Amino acid sequence: MLDIIMKDILGTPAILVGLFALLGLLLQKKSISDIVSGTLKTIMGFIILGAGATVVSGSLDFFGKMFEKAFHIQGVVPNNEVIVAVAQNAFGTETALIMLIGMIVNIILARFTPFKYIFLTGHHTLFLSCLLASVLSVSGLSGVALVLVGSVILGLWMVISPAIIQPYVRQVTGSDDIAVGHFGSIGYLVSGFVGKHLGNKQKTTEEVKVPKSLGFLRDSSVAVALTMAIMFFIVTLFAGQHFVETKLSDGTNFIVFAIIQSITFAGGVYIILSGVRMVIAEIVPSFKGIADKIVPNAKPALDVPAVFPFAPNAVIIGFLSSFVAGLISMALLPLFGLAVIVPGLVPHFFTGAAAGVFGNATGGRRGAILGAFANGLIISFLPALLLPVLAGLGFENTTFGDADFGFIGIILSFIVKLFT
Amino acid sequence: MKILVVCGNGLGSSLITEMNVKKALGNLGIEAEVGHTDLATSKTESADYYLGAPEIIENLNDGTRKIIGVRNIFSLPEIESALKENL
Repeated sequence: MLDIIMKDILGTPAILVGLFALLGLLLQKKSISDIVSGTLKTIMGFIILGAGATVVSGSLDFFGKMFEKAFHIQGVVPNNEVIVAVAQNAFGTETALIMLIGMIVNIILARFTPFKYIFLTGHHTLFLSCLLASVLSVSGLSGVALVLVGSVILGLWMVISPAIIQPYVRQVTGSDDIAVGHFGSIGYLVSGFVGKHLGNKQKTTEEVKVPKSLGFLRDSSVAVALTMAIMFFIVTLFAGQHFVETKLSDGTNFIVFAIIQSITFAGGVYIILSGVRMVIAEIVPSFKGIADKIVPNAKPALDVPAVFPFAPNAVIIGFLSSFVAGLISMALLPLFGLAVIVPGLVPHFFTGAAAGVFGNATGGRRGAILGAFANGLIISFLPALLLPVLAGLGFENTTFGDADFGFIGIILSFIVKLFT
Repeated sequence: MKILVVCGNGLGSSLITEMNVKKALGNLGIEAEVGHTDLATSKTESADYYLGAPEIIENLNDGTRKIIGVRNIFSLPEIESALKENL
């Protein structure tokens, strides 16, 4: 009986996460219909995200093989949703437990320290939980020790990350009411710093004329489809028609194959995203509800687009600058003996845009451009340096995209090596 | 009445905004169904009103939809006045 509970019920991540949602809904005294539908939708969301992983895997594998053939070096598409979805088979239970206990640690820290931040960007909490589960597992931890260490680190970073960039957030929003909860914070910290020292606060990006036409990239499904279509197209040309049609596409024309695979990738990401959306849809409101009751003066740390409306031009300028840095990095990384990180439109959009907004707040348009450029370099080099840390786990051709995941993963593996 | 909150990914800003819209509706004494999703899905999901950051919601402004732009997703006063003005 205990075996069934431990292995089959709690050991099935989807059910585990559903139980968290159930607990949260019960604690909030929701109606029976809300409790039932909320719990079922959370479980379903987790299963959907796993289904998305299977859609993506094939196309990602083809991309890796084409890139290797074309450029004789490993090409990696950093995509948080993909690596986390793929990791659920091996680390699903640990991820879920670290996430739950990490959120409790966040509440405790907010209650008893001056850092009143409640980290509300649920998908990033999920992603960091997964990173911690993977890195700590590779480093030799397992079971209760892994979950405890992981949750404490998660809870700490959920509070520290908003805290270190809050001075810049205050400059952007003009108040202290909201904070930013986003695990690209290392990149934003650097960007704000670069802006402060190299920029000119007086000349804001909002007085520059910026084409609004790039705004369609805020639709992440379109952005992913577009990036992958272009990347697949280029890579397939260099890999060569013969290689692709004999080894990969089973005879289908290589260009047609490339386009279909790229959209398959985007479709898989869309499925994963809709699954993640369902998982956190019940968990985040419960988390916030409970936090509000326990932590007076709780400060919500929100997903980074919350600051975009304060400087819409900086958003576009920051994205472009970051993306250019990503493109340049494709040539720089091999010089350091590192794998090529394919610049994703989505990570460069969200984090580059944010870096632009913070860089503008501290250093005007020069701050936005240089700060976002620095961010672009960071999210190219950190994922490349993170790859060897996650080697051997079977996450081929993909890795975590945002700065903090690389930062924490790399430092953590260093520290654990010191102890073993 | 259905209000659909939209953001780029459909799970960060839009979820928090949905929570605040529900609170604001409660304060205003208005009953409505509130959901959230990403920009791509929102184009095919029907709702009476689409709400989100101005630059996002502009993408939905094709003349057939009622859109509401909100700059600060955590400002209840701003959300309440946007709802009062548009509903």
